[in-house]
Amino acid sequence: MSEMTYREALRSTLRREMQRDDSVVLLGEEIGVFEGSYKITSGLLAEFGETRVRDTPIAEEGFIGAGIGMAMLGMRPVVEVMTINFTLLAIDQIVNHAAKIYAMFGGQVAVPMVIRTPGGGGQQLAATHSQNLEVWYAHVPGLKVVAPSNPADAKALLTASIRDDDPVLFLENLALYNTKGEVPDGEQVGEIGKAAVAKPGTDVTVVSYSRATLIALEVARQFEKQGVSVEVVDLRSLRPLDRETVCASVRKTSRAVVLEDDWLTYGVGAELAATIQEGAFDYLDAPVRRVAAAEIPLPYAKPLENAALPTADDLTKVINEVLDATRFTG
Amino acid sequence: MSGSTGSPTTGRAAAAGGVTPETLKDYYAQMVLIRSFELRASEMYQRAKIGGYCHLNLGEEATVVGLMAALRPSDYLFTTYRDHGYALSRGLGAGRIMAELFGKATGVSGGRGGSMHLFDQKARMLGGYGIVGGQIPPATGAALALTYRGGPGPEAEAVMCLMGDGTTNIGAFHESLNLAALWHLPIVYVIINNQLGMGTPVEKAAAEPELYKRGCSYRMPGVRVHGGDVMAVREAAAAALDLARTQRQPSILEAMSYRLRGHSVVDPAKYRSQEDTQQARDEDPVPAFRAQLIESGVLDDDSATAIEADAERQVAAAVAFADESPDPEVADLFVHAYATPVAGTPHRLPGDPVISVPADDPGDVPDEGGRS
Ligand SMILES: Cc1ncc(C[n+]2csc(CCOP(=O)(O)OP(=O)(O)O)c2C)c(N)n1
Ligand SMILES: [Mg+2]
Repeated sequence: MSEMTYREALRSTLRREMQRDDSVVLLGEEIGVFEGSYKITSGLLAEFGETRVRDTPIAEEGFIGAGIGMAMLGMRPVVEVMTINFTLLAIDQIVNHAAKIYAMFGGQVAVPMVIRTPGGGGQQLAATHSQNLEVWYAHVPGLKVVAPSNPADAKALLTASIRDDDPVLFLENLALYNTKGEVPDGEQVGEIGKAAVAKPGTDVTVVSYSRATLIALEVARQFEKQGVSVEVVDLRSLRPLDRETVCASVRKTSRAVVLEDDWLTYGVGAELAATIQEGAFDYLDAPVRRVAAAEIPLPYAKPLENAALPTADDLTKVINEVLDATRFTG
Repeated sequence: MSGSTGSPTTGRAAAAGGVTPETLKDYYAQMVLIRSFELRASEMYQRAKIGGYCHLNLGEEATVVGLMAALRPSDYLFTTYRDHGYALSRGLGAGRIMAELFGKATGVSGGRGGSMHLFDQKARMLGGYGIVGGQIPPATGAALALTYRGGPGPEAEAVMCLMGDGTTNIGAFHESLNLAALWHLPIVYVIINNQLGMGTPVEKAAAEPELYKRGCSYRMPGVRVHGGDVMAVREAAAAALDLARTQRQPSILEAMSYRLRGHSVVDPAKYRSQEDTQQARDEDPVPAFRAQLIESGVLDDDSATAIEADAERQVAAAVAFADESPDPEVADLFVHAYATPVAGTPHRLPGDPVISVPADDPGDVPDEGGRS
């Protein structure tokens, strides 16, 4: 075990996979000389050279699409997109091409590429630069969407994503890069599509992913002090979705709240609520509740941004409402 | 038609020919105002009065003022996120711009947009845009709309669409140029070539780094101008706008410029070479224009200093105005969600219930025991 940041976990994993497999090539804007907008790739150009760490022009559709072509010829491109907002310029390549090529051509050629990109708001970057659009990709068969919340999972799941033969959208978050955690040494290959019980509990289940998991864990610790046992399920992957782990938790606690950074309507929580009502209906003591972003293009002004984004206080309030609705007394 | 020539036009000739001293003083005043505003914005960012991303026009002042001098009030402007100077020269008012940077309700976009998203419909500044290239298709569409308003002529309206050098590599640039050329749209695509897109030099990003030539596959003419020369920029922009107005001929104007600082206020620009940084300083257009005006007798040291002091005063007043202005009300979070009232749109804060169950309707009462 060693303690490291989420950023370091990503960097050391990229490095390890590049050492292991020559066909792993990094592409992206400012990832080489500039060392990455969020410094994930720092040092890699110096170590691996320009052919392995390829700076691209600002041409998301072009270079994400180029990643698909490289993958079709058996390479393993890892494409960094500065933020998930800019993947929209390439959504045709991702959705109509990366996700389709294997199935539509009868399973002849797979597309083993990874698109690494951070989502997230809360940095006053305003409406176009603060979105959580992962659910758009999670909606698409043929793609995988992975969203680790801590450095250990970042390592294990990035390794798995690079070695996976299908296209993976690997979701990071601006607010996670500096967070620290214990990371097992040596090779770690995670299983894509397996949720984790990040904190066991018995009274209420909170389901979340990526950055929101950190908030859920913090809130769970506070409730613990008041004698309420919160179980936190960290999805880690949105597609495939580990419905079993979610429903098993709710069957145990009878109460469920989803904490998500995306917008509420048609969001991740909507899929989870539907899953829970199907897989744990008879066990539920209260309706499934969702804590999600207010449905507005996110404003720049700090007070408005704060009001629009889900916080620990919002989650606490909703957990209390669920407990009250079920006359929870501990 | 002005073909693709690489020779920068020179400004001194223009300055000598028919430009009044008052105009030159005004241009200097605008350049100095932008300089003061940007330096203060940088300071306010360090003091956390400004958040998010903040990109400055430092080093670009002559380009800004020259372009805006050529643009008429009846023309439309679309810009990038590096938009403070353009907004100032377009007359949006230093106070309302600073207030936007501070995220205040009195800001030009009501505090919703911030530094990257300055907008003023009355001034026909139809936005700073944060997505690279995002402004280019809408600007092209605005030019298309103008063709429905009236025919070409010396008084016709036109569109100016600004972008950086790095932006010419985005697909939307090429799609838009083709449309504009095909449909004969009254638009000027201005490329502000500061030779860097974040840390990437233009030669590393564009296979044709002489960017004024990038319209050639659309048979679109292009001109390169020395962006440090306000009169040269004004002249070239006026000529390009004239082409758009009178002939509906879209064109490219490439202004060679320098970025004096990092990409945004938080970028220390460590990737830049000593020589490059030194050259940017040597080419600083503000002291150069000052010296030129003093040399030609338009200004003396006292009058130049007075202009600079006045800019400082305006910026100080802008900061005071921004500081004293109220934050937008959280109660108004949803006011701009849609332009029309839309039934069923969720005006909920995070954690608010999705639907309220009527209290007096017991519905299907569950068994006493709850779980079975
Ligand atoms: C589609 C998209 N990709 C990437 C970015 C991140 N980004 C913002 S500015 C910029 C560089 C743009 O360079 P250039 O066009 O030369 O303009 P300059 O900043 O030099 O004025 C990049 C890559 C973005 N905002 N949008
Ligand atoms: Mg540039």
